[in-house]
Amino acid sequence: MPLLSLHNISKTYGETRAVNDVCLDVEQGEFFGLLGPSGCGKTTTLRMIAGLERPDAGTISFDGTDITNLQPERRGFGMVFQNYALFPHLNVFENVAFGLRARHKAKDEMRARVDSALELVQLPGYDKRRVDELSGGQQQRVAIARAIAIEPALLLFDEPLSNLDVSLREETRSELRELVNRLRLTAVYVTHDQEEAYALCDRISVMVGGKIMRTGKPRELYEQPSDVSVARFLGRNNLIKAMRVSSSKTSEGEFKTLEGGHTLHLQLSADELQPLNQPVFLAIRPEHVRVETTNGNDATPNRLRAEIREIVFGGATSMVRLDANGLALEALVLEPNGLRVGGTCHAVLPAERLSALKNA
Amino acid sequence: MPKPLAHLPLSSNRINSLRLILLLIVAAVLIYGIVYPNLTILTTSLQQDGHWTLGHYSDVLSQAGTLEAIINSIVLSVGTVALCALVGVSLAFLFERYSFPGRRLFGVLAALPLVLPPLVGTIAFIFLLGESGILARLIQSMLGLSSAPWTLRGWTALLLFHTYTMYPFFYVLTAAGLRRIDASLAESARSLGANRITVLRRVLLPQLTPSLIAAALLTFMTSMASFSAPLFFGGTVRVLTLEIYRARQRGDLSVAVTETVVLAVISLGALILFQRYEGTRRFVAAAMKGAPRPRTVIKRGAARAVATVAAVFFSLLLVLPVLTLVLVSFAREGSWTTQTIPATYGFANYARLINEPQASEVFVNSFSMAAIAAVAALLWSFSVVTLVAARRSESSLSPYWKRLISLLVLVPWALPGTVVAVSIAEAYGQPSPLLGPFVLVGTFWILPVVYFLRFMPLVVRAVQASMEQIDPALPEAAGSLGANAWRRFMRVTLPLVWPGAIAGTLLAFVIALGEYVASVLVFVPVNRPISIAIASEMRDFNLGTAAAYGVVLIGIIAIVMVAAGKLERLRG
Repeated sequence: MPLLSLHNISKTYGETRAVNDVCLDVEQGEFFGLLGPSGCGKTTTLRMIAGLERPDAGTISFDGTDITNLQPERRGFGMVFQNYALFPHLNVFENVAFGLRARHKAKDEMRARVDSALELVQLPGYDKRRVDELSGGQQQRVAIARAIAIEPALLLFDEPLSNLDVSLREETRSELRELVNRLRLTAVYVTHDQEEAYALCDRISVMVGGKIMRTGKPRELYEQPSDVSVARFLGRNNLIKAMRVSSSKTSEGEFKTLEGGHTLHLQLSADELQPLNQPVFLAIRPEHVRVETTNGNDATPNRLRAEIREIVFGGATSMVRLDANGLALEALVLEPNGLRVGGTCHAVLPAERLSALKNA
Repeated sequence: MPKPLAHLPLSSNRINSLRLILLLIVAAVLIYGIVYPNLTILTTSLQQDGHWTLGHYSDVLSQAGTLEAIINSIVLSVGTVALCALVGVSLAFLFERYSFPGRRLFGVLAALPLVLPPLVGTIAFIFLLGESGILARLIQSMLGLSSAPWTLRGWTALLLFHTYTMYPFFYVLTAAGLRRIDASLAESARSLGANRITVLRRVLLPQLTPSLIAAALLTFMTSMASFSAPLFFGGTVRVLTLEIYRARQRGDLSVAVTETVVLAVISLGALILFQRYEGTRRFVAAAMKGAPRPRTVIKRGAARAVATVAAVFFSLLLVLPVLTLVLVSFAREGSWTTQTIPATYGFANYARLINEPQASEVFVNSFSMAAIAAVAALLWSFSVVTLVAARRSESSLSPYWKRLISLLVLVPWALPGTVVAVSIAEAYGQPSPLLGPFVLVGTFWILPVVYFLRFMPLVVRAVQASMEQIDPALPEAAGSLGANAWRRFMRVTLPLVWPGAIAGTLLAFVIALGEYVASVLVFVPVNRPISIAIASEMRDFNLGTAAAYGVVLIGIIAIVMVAAGKLERLRG
């Protein structure tokens, strides 16, 4: 049985459906991500889990108990807010002890638990500091210490790293993961940053427009977005409009691109089979597009002749913009040696890297 | 294994019954203090011998005097707005956008007239600018004139005094508005080819419009409600507040009530008109990304000298009435006859305030009544704000009721003090359906009640503003940590709100301390406040004693305002 279950949760603000029929299950000990563009409803979903918003429809159950209408203070979940929400009138100790005081803990136990929570976030001895004396990264740690001090049954994160600068964000990210692992906590983590979600989460749900489009392990999402909106959000995908033309029911589908009129072969499983002669989107990551300048084997499948339109130097890699008879493609190459703007080359789209998406 | 859900002592029934009690208190105060009294004056003005009639209105409006007073009040207020806008906006541009020696001095003093009780300001003006005041005597003796060079009477005197006391509305709001304007807006306009005049007209003024409308509204309402100045040096200029006072003095109650309703309608009408206009002028303020324009340092010798002289001159204008008051307060009674300034000085006037039981009694009265009103306003504000600001999911009140409560709370703010006093006096001047045989008028409690009603909107706004500044995530975080509604309020909301709330309460306290307009209509010997003592000393020509009262009042106000300022900074 999953620890946390959301069944058909919906929430409407005025005319807009912020969350639309969301179902998800979080297992005990799992680090679960809610990933999506801003305004997709991920924070609202998290706030409903925390009890800060009440769903208009659907139920939320935790450990087999229906908690849909339970007050937030009765849920015993820890939450780390985007802006930390530290109490400005209390010092670090009192911030971390806040939840323990609400539970009427004895003085000694409170002291011990605050100390150990501060130890865990590597801020021992900071208990007398005012919170506005702390740096952003330290405030962040206090917010985490405050949430774990109550030994939460579930830990909720609302974009906790978005206010930190890049280097600090990556450092805090790995510490956070280790901390949650060590305490064997179950966490739900909201972010719009896919890299962050990949690095932290065991499983991720991608939300777009109030709906969960796809749930899966980070690698699955990255390689098989399976849905146009997911692919668009996960970014930097070549989206190629095409129609399936082969009528054979074998696992290999044959597609004709609408632009350029190329023939592409894909490996499709039976449930991925698209209807014939309907436009669909094929997706391939730029780093999977191979650029060949030598006259290689013309019989290689999915090998398209292309003109180089632009080469954008981006440090470790360069982005090469190609035009294959009207079909625009982007390829990521390590070294653009031998490529020049206006020259011709071949773009190879390996069949196993191409995926066909739903919702064309 | 997950822990069982936290078991905390919380009974939602207790919270709900608490909320119900709050709701009952708020409803009772609004009905007793605002709805019933105002309905009473309305119905009284529409009834004659037990039947409905517009007779009172046709009587009152057909009297040339009343019609004149209505027109005068409106003309005086419009003129005051125009003059204050001219002075306040120019000064704000000069002192907010340029830097030169003397700028800070003026900045500190600019808002001084706002905290001066109108009555104290009025007598200070008389001592300084009146026909037997220091300035008139000085010029008379210098030029060897046989009589005073001017009299402080009528339109000029009123407009002069109103400009002095009310220009800060425009100054303060325009300066704040200018600080909020992103400098890059003007810069981008210049880069698009607009000259300075065009930038002012097309970029700066439109951005300032909301500030200017707010200032105009405050000035108009304050001027409509003005009473001390017309009483002491209005001369033959009749205004509505004064007509109401005189009608009550001669026992013409139905005329007084009818004129009160007219005054209330004009004030509320102006409020609605201004706010409607403001609604069309409000911009969706994009978050200011840039910085306001830095002050231009005036470096050139002549311009710098002129600006500095102007700063010193205006600063002097601001403090001169107060300095005069201090000077006169030390003058021996009767020693100031034909001299430019009083001849002999001493502490006798202050000694009188301490030694005469009658004098010290008015301090005790004003202090206790202002304190009662302020503390009541503080408790009341928390009740109102808790009900109105509660999130939808936690509140049993629909948005419609919340709006109605917010609106009713603001009514006494929009009404002149005269209207508040008359409505309470009318409603509770005889046994009433709401209070039974108890008659409020004639008891000590009439003034605390009137002070409370007049100044509680101020405290409500202060509490509401502090409440809105609290990051909504803070109480949410407290909730997620296991704190119930009561604990969230006591441990998170209250500690964050109280500096602002106390600052607002202190402001209400000092304003109530010097209140005159409403006091003069309903005071009785047992609650005779400071302002009434000042006015009666003036009538008896005990100028020094009147001034001493004024100085002590200003001293108390200054101390309390400094304390309030400290609290305000504590919050920031």
